[in-house]
Amino acid sequence: MEKFFQYVISGLSTGSVYALVALGIVIIYRSTRILNFAHGDMATAGTFFAFTLLGMNIVPALSFPLALLFGAALAMLFYFFILIPAQRRSVTGLGQIILTVGLSLILQGAIAYLCGTDTKSLDFPLSDSKLWNFRGVVISELNLGTLVISLVAAILLYLLVQKTRLGLAMRATSENLPAAQTLGIPTRMVLSLSWGLAAAFSVLAGLFLAPALLLDPFFMLEPFLKGFAAAVLGGLQSLPGAIVGALILGVAESLAGGYITIAFKNTLAFLIIIVVLLFRPEGLLGKEFKERV
Amino acid sequence: MLEIKNLSIDFGGIRALSGVDLTVRENEILSIIGPNGSGKTTMFNCLTGIYRPGSGEMRFRGESLLGLSPDRIARRGIARTFQNLRLFMNMSVLDNLMLGRHIHFRKNIAAAFLRLRREELRHREKVEEIIDFLDLQAYRKARVADCPYGVQKRIEMGRALALEPRLLLLDEPISGLTAEEKEEAAYRIMEIRGRYKVAIMLVEHDLKIASRLADAMIAFSYGQKIASGLPEDVQRNEEVIRAYVGDE
Repeated sequence: MEKFFQYVISGLSTGSVYALVALGIVIIYRSTRILNFAHGDMATAGTFFAFTLLGMNIVPALSFPLALLFGAALAMLFYFFILIPAQRRSVTGLGQIILTVGLSLILQGAIAYLCGTDTKSLDFPLSDSKLWNFRGVVISELNLGTLVISLVAAILLYLLVQKTRLGLAMRATSENLPAAQTLGIPTRMVLSLSWGLAAAFSVLAGLFLAPALLLDPFFMLEPFLKGFAAAVLGGLQSLPGAIVGALILGVAESLAGGYITIAFKNTLAFLIIIVVLLFRPEGLLGKEFKERV
Repeated sequence: MLEIKNLSIDFGGIRALSGVDLTVRENEILSIIGPNGSGKTTMFNCLTGIYRPGSGEMRFRGESLLGLSPDRIARRGIARTFQNLRLFMNMSVLDNLMLGRHIHFRKNIAAAFLRLRREELRHREKVEEIIDFLDLQAYRKARVADCPYGVQKRIEMGRALALEPRLLLLDEPISGLTAEEKEEAAYRIMEIRGRYKVAIMLVEHDLKIASRLADAMIAFSYGQKIASGLPEDVQRNEEVIRAYVGDE
């Protein structure tokens, strides 16, 4: 039984990182109907930025927030200078998604060029070898920190969206863009803030993954796919859905790795998606899509 | 206060509006009539920045509206309702109206995050007043999607009023309502003018109500203004009758 709890705890910790990625994907999809394939790479860019700053002896307390801002700025620039001009030329939704694929490749290339493709390790303030023991269930300082930070980030996001004026404007813009515009809401500004926020979430995930995964220009690919899977699992439109989906995925992976085989760990994510989408196509917490005729 | 000169717009070779002139005076109700597809809603869409006119001039209180984005135009004091309701269906009635207050909140980042108490209360007061005026008390916390159609129309009007506009554009505010609701809505439109000191442009198919409400009326047909003046005169205009009934 202890072993079971052990797997669940470490699954929740991984799941909470997936949740950060998934939340970003959902924020962008909900507000602009775009699946952002550069999501992982924006995180990589932000994490490398933090790595560079740390190399310049800037303390984590400063360089990590700067990395979040860097990722956010990157996403907002992409929105303003690539997506908006594309929309003005009436590029289709699919075309815009392809643009994010392009951004992904550009970022990978730029990172490889600037920082090299060798693996690096990020000096992280939390250690993954220092362990805490709760009645036989062991959790590392890093995993505990990850859980706490993700929880705090999710709560802040909830407060932002539900309780602030900016959140109200964000909800209005994603529900009905033309109506929001005629009420005087600067919708482009609001949407670019959504992109920035989403990117900051993914950089946060990148920072907490880097110590465990080692840093290279492609290290976010797998977490991105998992986050994407979690977002789909949760219905792609729902923020709580993204969190639930990510935690389920994290725990399921950890249990499968522990009881079945490690080799099966990555396949499982997509098996779960296939099953869920077959039986509940709108996702776990997605609203059922029924149109009245 | 609103002056439109020689306004034209094309959609891929189709002239949706051609050389339209009109003026709206302070506190006036102007009705726009015309058959379907004659350019009435297109006119509204140009005025609110959704479409960019090909040529012509639109001046509102001395300043040009050309090239402004919809949110800028809203800030200048023009609010509108839509022919087929554009409400935030998954939000409460109250949130919908509060969104109408958006442009009146103070512009700084801290305030955007903090929803300051005192400011919030001031806006709530304004919104509550509109709720009373439109008789929406029973629906305040209800989700808009759950409200009946007639109520939704009132919510949209309330949301536009929450902007405290100088000019209110109403796109078929009484279509789809029951006879009783129509009378009520017509009465409310008159009240709005007196109470909130706005000028109103009204697109309406119900000619009887449209002419009863209006100080002035203009008629469109195929993107052109074919008549303007007092409602009685416009309705008797031969071209208007031809546009509605067709040639003999």
